[in-house]
Amino acid sequence: MNELVRFITMQDGPNRTVAIGVGALGVACGMVGCFALLRRRALLGDAVAHASLPGICLAFMLIGERNLPLLLVGALVMGVVGASVIGLLHRATRVKDDALIAIVIGSFFGLGVVLLSVIQRGPSGNQAGIQGFIYGKAASMVRADAITISVVACVLVAMLFALFKELRLVTFDSDFARGLGRPVRALDGLILAIICVCTVIGLPAVGLLMVVALLIVPAATARCWTESLGTMVVLAGIIGGVTAIVGAGLSAVLPAAAGAGGSTWPTGPMIVLSAGSVFVVSALIAPRRGVIAGLVRHHRAKRQILARVRAERVGAGAGAGPGGAA
Amino acid sequence: MNAPALELHDLTVAYEHRPVLWDIDLTLPAGELVAIVGPNGAGKSTLIKAALKLVKSLSGDVRFFGQTLREARHRIGYVPQRESVDWDFPVSARDVVLMGRYGRLSWLQRPRRADHAAADAALEAVGMTAMASRQISQLSGGQQQRVFLARALAQEAELYLMDEPFAGVDASTERAIVDVLRRLRDNGRTVIAVHHDLQSVAEYFDRVVLLNTRLIAAGPVAEVFTPQNLHKTYAGRLTQLDAAGEAMRTAVQPSGASGPAPGVSILGANAAIEKGGA
Repeated sequence: MNELVRFITMQDGPNRTVAIGVGALGVACGMVGCFALLRRRALLGDAVAHASLPGICLAFMLIGERNLPLLLVGALVMGVVGASVIGLLHRATRVKDDALIAIVIGSFFGLGVVLLSVIQRGPSGNQAGIQGFIYGKAASMVRADAITISVVACVLVAMLFALFKELRLVTFDSDFARGLGRPVRALDGLILAIICVCTVIGLPAVGLLMVVALLIVPAATARCWTESLGTMVVLAGIIGGVTAIVGAGLSAVLPAAAGAGGSTWPTGPMIVLSAGSVFVVSALIAPRRGVIAGLVRHHRAKRQILARVRAERVGAGAGAGPGGAA
Repeated sequence: MNAPALELHDLTVAYEHRPVLWDIDLTLPAGELVAIVGPNGAGKSTLIKAALKLVKSLSGDVRFFGQTLREARHRIGYVPQRESVDWDFPVSARDVVLMGRYGRLSWLQRPRRADHAAADAALEAVGMTAMASRQISQLSGGQQQRVFLARALAQEAELYLMDEPFAGVDASTERAIVDVLRRLRDNGRTVIAVHHDLQSVAEYFDRVVLLNTRLIAAGPVAEVFTPQNLHKTYAGRLTQLDAAGEAMRTAVQPSGASGPAPGVSILGANAAIEKGGA
């Protein structure tokens, strides 16, 4: 417990790096995720994440070494390609969006795994830690990574705040925005680009399988508690940041605490599970949108209606009674 | 005389292979309440969306007050169909109405005091002041429609294009909306609305556009809203109702321009049957 507190309060050097990195990531992903969630782009983040694997592999094959920023540029390029393929197929075919996303996730990830085996057989011999992008490896985060993530996260958050009014307009009613003369396609593209960047900077820490949860879970959690988009974005940022740091802290501290025989607890899954449990609790106990509140409301309404029915029946009986007696 | 509020020349729109609007030529003067009427799938909403370039047209030229869309954009208010947005979205009624002011604000600009005042005035005009801070999913269908109308009012436009403003609203909301439309007209504004209820066309509107992919007729209600034109507009779908059609013909013609009250109730019955059959 003490160790977890020490991690969260960032008292040790290496842990501080990881905590700052995943914290910044969690804040940015949580805030951006609100727009992804409300614009019904939740699964698009997943498609971008999966599509990034062949990009990472190709970038590695081209430059021949593990240079994180360049690998992430490769990831971003292929992620955008994957998202564009979905957009193109949406316009060119009659296949529905969910099917298109499934197609892109499967085939791009398949291509990535094939390229991964090519790299393994190639001259460099090992996979140079590329497999770390699949499940994530936050513990291997170095100072420069944390700084890069934090800077990118700050830029994204600043963009969200500056353009909040326009993003809300386009996300709520794109036809009306177009009627006002707003370049809706450009704004939509900007939202997509922000989602892509967020996804890609999350890859090294939580991995491409789980990074979509970092986007969506804090946003969905925040939505339980508020009816205002501004509050929701801030709340999702806080939830994303805190659950990321707590999750990473748990993964760093747990082996010693639980005596798990030297094997470490994976960081990405711990972060996602932390966020997931906060969501489950929120979905249950949130005051207006929660499951329990809904059940109570439903029960109360039923009782009120029955009481009114009974009152009417009694009233009718009382009205008829004296008449019958006379 | 001012330039017409809306002019369409040779407007043709197709979805995939199916033509939705066929070579429409239409001129609507300013300062009137105009209904666009026609059967389901006649291209009524598409006409509005094509004019605003929300859907692509194959050909055609659109002028607002003699100007292009780009030049006239700030003079046009738009009320989309209520179903076009997610009403569970986390915004309040006031937030939505304030969006009507965004046309006057740059991307980075926050709404100013005048914008808040205009939004409050618009909410007041539709009788929604008390509901202003409610989240929009907590509003009834009629209240949601009022919020959409208030957002358009906040635009302070000269021409309003409304896609079924009366769809699915209760009687009191319908009266409130009609009052707002009349006030707009009395202030010299123009309203062009897609309208479904044949019964109320003559009561609410000055001018009617009868549309069924092709333009059937357009003009003052008293001249154009005739049984013959309605038969042409609802071609085929009204054939089984010839007896009713005969009845309304005799009912409408003698009263002429002054208000075909007995006839329209039969028309309304027709429309109801036609809707049910379609």
